[in-house]
Amino acid sequence: MTEYVELTNTQVGLAALLIVINGVVSILLRLRLEKTLLIASVRTVVQLSLVGLVLSWVFAVDRLIVVVGIATVMTLVAGFAAAGRSKRIFPGIRLIATTSVLTCAWLLTVYVLLVVFEDLPKWYEPQYAIPLLGMVLGNTLNGISVGLSTLTESLVRSREQVETLIALGATRWEAAAEPMREAVRTGMIPIVNSMMVVGLVSLPGMMTGQVISGMDPAQAVRYQIVIMFLIAGATALGTVSVVVLSVRQLFDTDHRFKFELIRSRDS
Amino acid sequence: MTQPPLLSACGIKRSANGRLLLDDVSLDLHCGERLGLVGPTGCGKSLLLRTLAMLEPIDSGTLSWRSGWVDHQHATAFRSEVIYLHQRAARFEGTVDSVLKLPYQLRVHRDRQFDRAWIVDRLASVGRDPDFLSQPHEQLSGGETQIVALLRAIQLSPKVLLLDEPTSALDQVSTQQIESIVMQWYQQDPESNAFIWVSHDPSQAARVANSAISMRSGKLQTEGSPA
Repeated sequence: MTEYVELTNTQVGLAALLIVINGVVSILLRLRLEKTLLIASVRTVVQLSLVGLVLSWVFAVDRLIVVVGIATVMTLVAGFAAAGRSKRIFPGIRLIATTSVLTCAWLLTVYVLLVVFEDLPKWYEPQYAIPLLGMVLGNTLNGISVGLSTLTESLVRSREQVETLIALGATRWEAAAEPMREAVRTGMIPIVNSMMVVGLVSLPGMMTGQVISGMDPAQAVRYQIVIMFLIAGATALGTVSVVVLSVRQLFDTDHRFKFELIRSRDS
Repeated sequence: MTQPPLLSACGIKRSANGRLLLDDVSLDLHCGERLGLVGPTGCGKSLLLRTLAMLEPIDSGTLSWRSGWVDHQHATAFRSEVIYLHQRAARFEGTVDSVLKLPYQLRVHRDRQFDRAWIVDRLASVGRDPDFLSQPHEQLSGGETQIVALLRAIQLSPKVLLLDEPTSALDQVSTQQIESIVMQWYQQDPESNAFIWVSHDPSQAARVANSAISMRSGKLQTEGSPA
């Protein structure tokens, strides 16, 4: 599969010129985004180049411990990012987000590696394991952070209703059922929406990449289908997990709502 | 009163942000007692009432119900018998009817059945016809949401009601209606029912209560003699 055109640094540089459009727009409309644009561009180049180096090294070393190490770093970053996007925070939110990202992404990626790609030379084949995990993390991160934000927002908004139910004898799960449902639903909507339009409106990046690198489109499509379902399953699992763990954290075993734990990020 | 108290708090302390909110509070509520709790705003009356319903954590001290501890497994059963009513009732989506049925979805009340006839009867006693049940709950007046909240609690036959200034935001007519609903519930079993009624109005406390207690800066003061 070496039918693709190799890119030189000069060619990449020519593509990078396109960012000038953003710069011009920013200057003409006085958006004052020039500095941010510059930082973002530099970060794109630096971060991706680093990833390229790391991936080449991981592929060359080809050992389970290295794959697990890289996967751990990726997971921690995803977990912290998921917690970091929430407007409201509470003690333990990072641990909860990271646990949820970890459980859903690793469990389902390992399932796909072991059961779906059953003919891999090694089940943890880095060429498959790392990109798969990366895609799952990137996407479930969204579901988890949206679920988390919706849950805290909804609990704060419906505090009186939640406490009324508790005062009538509800368990914490009964009292928080409506906010939990809302959070899981909102967390799952983006992936369901993208499953609705995939191929019609958007050509997924991975599939595009495989087609460019010479893979038979029918095969690339199969890969993409696997990925979509992997992401969908992981998002559902991750969102449910983050919501359940958060409710456990925000209510005690006597079913008291520990409302005071929820704080605005800026306070 | 030689009987052991129904609900008993002993040496309850609670502080937050370096402030002592409940300072060694001990209180017994006996069967048949109608306790009026008065005190200035911010003295901890609400917090005490919420603590008695296990809605707030305590730093030290004990809470007992019928002379026993309330453990994790029995917290919901406890709250189904000792019901706290908020100063302002929360508004829910849906009709009055669906709001009154809410408790029956909870596990702790799964053996009970919604008694529409009973509700219609009670509504009639405060001048509301059965059409009231199909009104959207969110559009009710403050007095009406309070009546609905009270009926929603009373239909579950609680032993204790913890009433947190239930009429402080209401007009005179609604206040009378709330008082009459509570007294009607109490009179069903005056030997064993009991309530604590927080009020900032001494005349109301005198009207509804048969004993009184006052609170200041997180401490309980003089206990009044039963009327």
